Amino acid sequence: MKFPRRRTLPLVLAHAAAAGVLAATSCDSSVASFAVQRTTETEQDAQQLDKPVLPNGDAMRGETLYAAKCGACHSIDQNRIGPKHRGVFGRNVGGVDDYEYSAALSDADLVWDDASLDEWLRAPTKMFPGTRMGFAVGDDQERADIIAYLQSVSD
Amino acid sequence: MENGINAAAVPTENETMSRRGILSAGGAALSAAGALALAGAAAPAMAQAARGDAANDVNLLNAARALEFEGIAAYQIALDSGLLPPNAVGFATLYQSHHEQHNEELEKAIKRLGGEAVGPKTSAQYVQQLEADKLKTFEDILRLALRLERGAASAYLGLIEPLKNTDLHLLVARLAADEAAHAATFMIDLASPISAKTPLF
Repeated sequence: MKFPRRRTLPLVLAHAAAAGVLAATSCDSSVASFAVQRTTETEQDAQQLDKPVLPNGDAMRGETLYAAKCGACHSIDQNRIGPKHRGVFGRNVGGVDDYEYSAALSDADLVWDDASLDEWLRAPTKMFPGTRMGFAVGDDQERADIIAYLQSVSD
Repeated sequence: MENGINAAAVPTENETMSRRGILSAGGAALSAAGALALAGAAAPAMAQAARGDAANDVNLLNAARALEFEGIAAYQIALDSGLLPPNAVGFATLYQSHHEQHNEELEKAIKRLGGEAVGPKTSAQYVQQLEADKLKTFEDILRLALRLERGAASAYLGLIEPLKNTDLHLLVARLAADEAAHAATFMIDLASPISAKTPLF
């Protein structure tokens, strides 16, 4: 199955938007003007891309959340109910060689990054119907923190 | 007859209203018939969607089975470790039997959906995936048990939304409560701080 990837807004744009807001409130008028313009463009990008923007993630909070919310089924270095997570960033979906995935994931054509992980953690059964993972993380900040932690164990 | 036909063809206002009513009723009847026809045409698609939902539910329940098998294995590792004090042996045995009962309930639910329930991995696989070689003390075991039980409670709660068959919602909610009860005893044993903020799971 080829997964039809939703268009997503990279986190860098979110950071640019946040920076724009800060600049608009603290700098001279030309910078503020640019920042407001940049923010507006970013907001338009977000609307056009039909994707909410994640807040900045905190990997330390993410580690605690990972243990509480993901730890029932996942470990960083061991395949358990779900696959191990070390190196997940940049890895193909269904890409851990010694883990037996559901067909929904083994047939997917997608790479895990911040955007795809966000969509996955938001609603795994909607992203890949037929997956064995039902657990979702509904809170934007918690998802961002967990994704930041997963990135920290992938670098 | 001809006049009669003509009279019928050119109705009075009252008759028109009446016929409108008839047409309306006829239209309604047609709509109902059309709806039935549409339903008939849509039935295979609906059946296919239902089968898809059932298959997806089976996948989710089988993941829960895998979780329960790992829990059963974890208690066995603890029981075989020689690290449990006598009073803890009774708890470990009791909780292990709870997880076995959970798996029986999950297997029944999977079979009702027309699915096939997965079986356990080997003991050696559980020893590896739970990193049992790192369990050196009774406290290590308590911490592992707390992590698994607390995680299982969250995992079951997380199944309520994606499970399409609403009959399963009560089952997974009850299993979540069992896991939370297990976790609570380990939190007490470890004097683990209880969050001031709810929900706890």
